[in-house]
Amino acid sequence: MLKSPEDLIALQERVKAENNGKIILSLCSGTGCRANASQKVFEALQAELASLADPRIVLKQTGCHGFCEKGPILIIYPEEICYVSVKPFDARDIVAQTIAQGRVLDRLLWKSGLITAAHHSEIPFYKHQTRYLLANNTHVDPTSIEDYLRCNGYSALRRALFSMTPQDVIQEIKRSGLRGRGGGGFPTGVKWEATREAEGNEKYVVVNGDEGDPGAYMDRSVLEGTPHSVLEGLIIGAYAIGAKSGYFYIRQEYPLALENTRKAIEEARAFGLIGANILGSSFGFEVSVHQGAGAFVSGESSALLSAIEGRVGEPRLKYIRMSTSGLWGKPTTLNNVETWANVPLIIANGPEWFAGIGTPGSKGSKIFSLVGKVENTGLVEVPMGTTLRKIIYDIGGGIKNGKKFKAIQTGGPSGGCIPEAHLDAQVDFDTLTELGSMMGSGGMIVMNEDSCMVDVARYFVEFLREESCGKCIPCREGISEMVSIFNRIVRGEGKPEDLDFLEDLSVLVSEASLCGLGSSAANPVMSTLRYFRNEYESHILHKTCTSLVCKAFIAFHVDAAKCRGCGLCKKQCPVNAIYGEKTEAHVINQKMCIKCGACMEICPSKFNAIGKVSPVSQLQNLAP
Amino acid sequence: MNKNGTMAKTEDRALVRIDAIIDSYGGKRSALIQILLDVQKENRWLFEEYLYHIADRLKAPLSQVYQVATFYKAFSLKKRGRHVVTVCMGTACHVRGAPSLLDRISQKLGVNAGATTGDDRFSLLTVNCMGCCALGPVMAIDETYYSNPANTDFDKIFNAYA
Repeated sequence: MLKSPEDLIALQERVKAENNGKIILSLCSGTGCRANASQKVFEALQAELASLADPRIVLKQTGCHGFCEKGPILIIYPEEICYVSVKPFDARDIVAQTIAQGRVLDRLLWKSGLITAAHHSEIPFYKHQTRYLLANNTHVDPTSIEDYLRCNGYSALRRALFSMTPQDVIQEIKRSGLRGRGGGGFPTGVKWEATREAEGNEKYVVVNGDEGDPGAYMDRSVLEGTPHSVLEGLIIGAYAIGAKSGYFYIRQEYPLALENTRKAIEEARAFGLIGANILGSSFGFEVSVHQGAGAFVSGESSALLSAIEGRVGEPRLKYIRMSTSGLWGKPTTLNNVETWANVPLIIANGPEWFAGIGTPGSKGSKIFSLVGKVENTGLVEVPMGTTLRKIIYDIGGGIKNGKKFKAIQTGGPSGGCIPEAHLDAQVDFDTLTELGSMMGSGGMIVMNEDSCMVDVARYFVEFLREESCGKCIPCREGISEMVSIFNRIVRGEGKPEDLDFLEDLSVLVSEASLCGLGSSAANPVMSTLRYFRNEYESHILHKTCTSLVCKAFIAFHVDAAKCRGCGLCKKQCPVNAIYGEKTEAHVINQKMCIKCGACMEICPSKFNAIGKVSPVSQLQNLAP
Repeated sequence: MNKNGTMAKTEDRALVRIDAIIDSYGGKRSALIQILLDVQKENRWLFEEYLYHIADRLKAPLSQVYQVATFYKAFSLKKRGRHVVTVCMGTACHVRGAPSLLDRISQKLGVNAGATTGDDRFSLLTVNCMGCCALGPVMAIDETYYSNPANTDFDKIFNAYA
C-alpha cells in the first residue's frame, strides 16, 4: 500500500533494481498471437527454461507487439534479439542455443530478400514507426503492476496530484492539442473543462472501449497490453474534472482486454492507487468495468451511457450535452481508450513535447491497424501527418503478393475509400475528412485490384443496416433502401438512375439521422461513387465486375490446355458440378456451379488450370 | 416460477444459480446486461423462463428484460449447439474471402448463419471482427481459432468436435 508520493518513488526504484542483469524473454500474447498458438510456445519455453533453473532468466507474456503478420513474436532483452513466427518446437533451440550460449538462430529472424534483421528495431515494420503509446507493449507484462512501475508508471499521476491543481491539468491537456481518438476529434481539454465547470458534485469519467469497427483493434491492444496506462489517464482525468467514480466500457468480444483491465484495477486498488486518499492525497476515486453485449451503436457516446445504466444502447439527441447531463443524468466525460492512454504521456513529458509531434491541427501520434491485402498486417503507431504511402509501403511492406494497390479504407464503416491518387496525403483529422473519409478510430484496410469497390460499399451499408438501432427513421429506412439498391446492382438488375438515387439518399440519411452512425453511413457509398464510379457503371451497364468478385457477373472455367485431370477440383466441388475422367481435362457445369471458388483454391499452382471471367458472356469466347 | 406456474427440477437448479448471479450484482436493475451475460455464459442461451425469473427478481418489467435480451447480439433466445462456430465477417476478412468461407462452412454444416444443426452439435454464427486480421479469413470453434480453414483439412477440423 503506497501512502505517499515518496512511497511510489521508492517502489519504482526497488522494482527497477530487481531487473538489473536479468535476461528477459518477452513473448507476444495478444489475442492475435494467442489465436496463433502463442500459449503453446509459452508453455514450451517454460518447460525448456525449467531445466536451466537460472534465476536471472525471466519469461513473460506481454500484450500485442503489433507485428501480427509474423506472430508470435519473441524479443530477448537486453540484446533485443527478435524472433518471428515462433513455433512451440523452436523452444528447445531458443533456450539451448540463444539463452544458454548466446547464439542467434538465423532461421527465426525476420528476412526479406537479402535483408535479415536480428534486432527488433532493425525490422522496417518497426523502424519506420514512432511508438509512444505502444512503446511498453513489447516488454510489459500487463498483469504485473510492477512492470508498469518499472517504466515510471503512475509518475504522471503523482505529478498531477502533488504538483498541479485540477485546473493546471486541464490547461496542460488543452495546450497539448490532444483531440479525441475515437473518431470525432473533439479537443479533449475543452471537453474536460466543460465537465469540470458543470454544476453538481457527482461527476463521472468513462472509458469507451467499445471498439466496434471491423478491422480495427488498436484499443483492444492497448487495453490488453498496458491497461495501467489507460487507468492512470482515467484517474488523472477524474482528478482534473472532479469525478469520484469512473467506468470502463469494454465489449464482450474482447475477453482478454476485460480480464487484463479487471486485473489492473484490482492491483491498483491493492497498491493504493485507486480508492480513498490516493498516495496519501485528499483525492479519492473508484472505478468499475462494464462489459458490453454486442451492439455497434453502443460505441456512440450517449448509447454507451444508456448501456452502462442497464438499458438498450440507443443514442439520444445531441443538444443535451454529456458534460452537463451524462451518466445517470450527471456531468460526464467520455473518452476513447487511446485518448486516455495519451494523458499520462502528456502530463509526464509536458504539453509542449506532445504539441511538437504531428501537424498544426492534429497533435501527437496515432495507432492504426493496418490490415487487408498488405504484406505486414499489424499495429502501426506514427506521428499524425505521416503519409498513407509511408504507412502502406515503408511500414506495411506494400501490397501482398506483388499485386496492384487499389484503395485504402479508413475510419471503419463510417469512413471512406481513398484511391491511389491520394496516397501522398498526410494522415490527420482534417485531411482525411477532406478526402471524403475520416480518421475514425484508426482502422486501415488495404485493398488491391481483386477488391470490388461496389462490393466493399455494399458490405459497409449492409453492416450499418444490421447495426442501426432503428430509433430514427432516416437511418433505419434509408440505409435499408441503400442495401436493396446495392443488392439489385450486384444481382445484375441495376439501372443507371440508381446511382443518382443512391447519391440523393446518401445526402438525406447523413443530414437527417440522429447520431453519428446514420450521419456518416453514406461515407463508404459517397467515397466509392466519387473515386470509383466507373466500377458502378460497369456493373450496371456492362454486367461486368472487373475485380471478379460479384457472383452474378463471373464464371469459373477449366482451361483444357492446362488441366491434367488430377480430379482434386471434382472431389472438392460441394455441388458436384465438375465432371471429367482421370487424366483428361475436366469441365464445369455452369448451370450447377454456385461460384464458391473452392475448385480454384484447390487446383495445384503448378497447373493453375481454373480461371475466372467477367462478364459471364466471355465464356463463349473460351469454349473449345 | 415460470409462466405456467410449474417448475422442472433441472430448471430449479439453474434458477438457484441465476439467483446467485443476481445477488453478486447486489440485485441492482442497472446490472441487467451483466446478469444476462453471466446467465448466458453458463447456459449457452436464454430460456424464456429465465427472463421471467430475472424480471421478477429485479422488479423490472418483462418488456425491459426482453428488450435488452433482443437488442444485443450477445444474447440468444434460440437454442445453441454444443459448439459454436464463429466466422469473422470483418472488413479485413471480407476482402480476404470471408464470404466464400462462410458459404463453405454453411454447406458443410447444412445450416445458414444464425442456425443450429439438427443434432445440436454446431451453431453457426458470424461476428463483425475478431481482431486477428493477420490470420484472415478466420473461423473459430468455441475458443480455438483457425486461419483460412478452407485451405487445410476442412473436414478433419469439424470431426474433432463431438
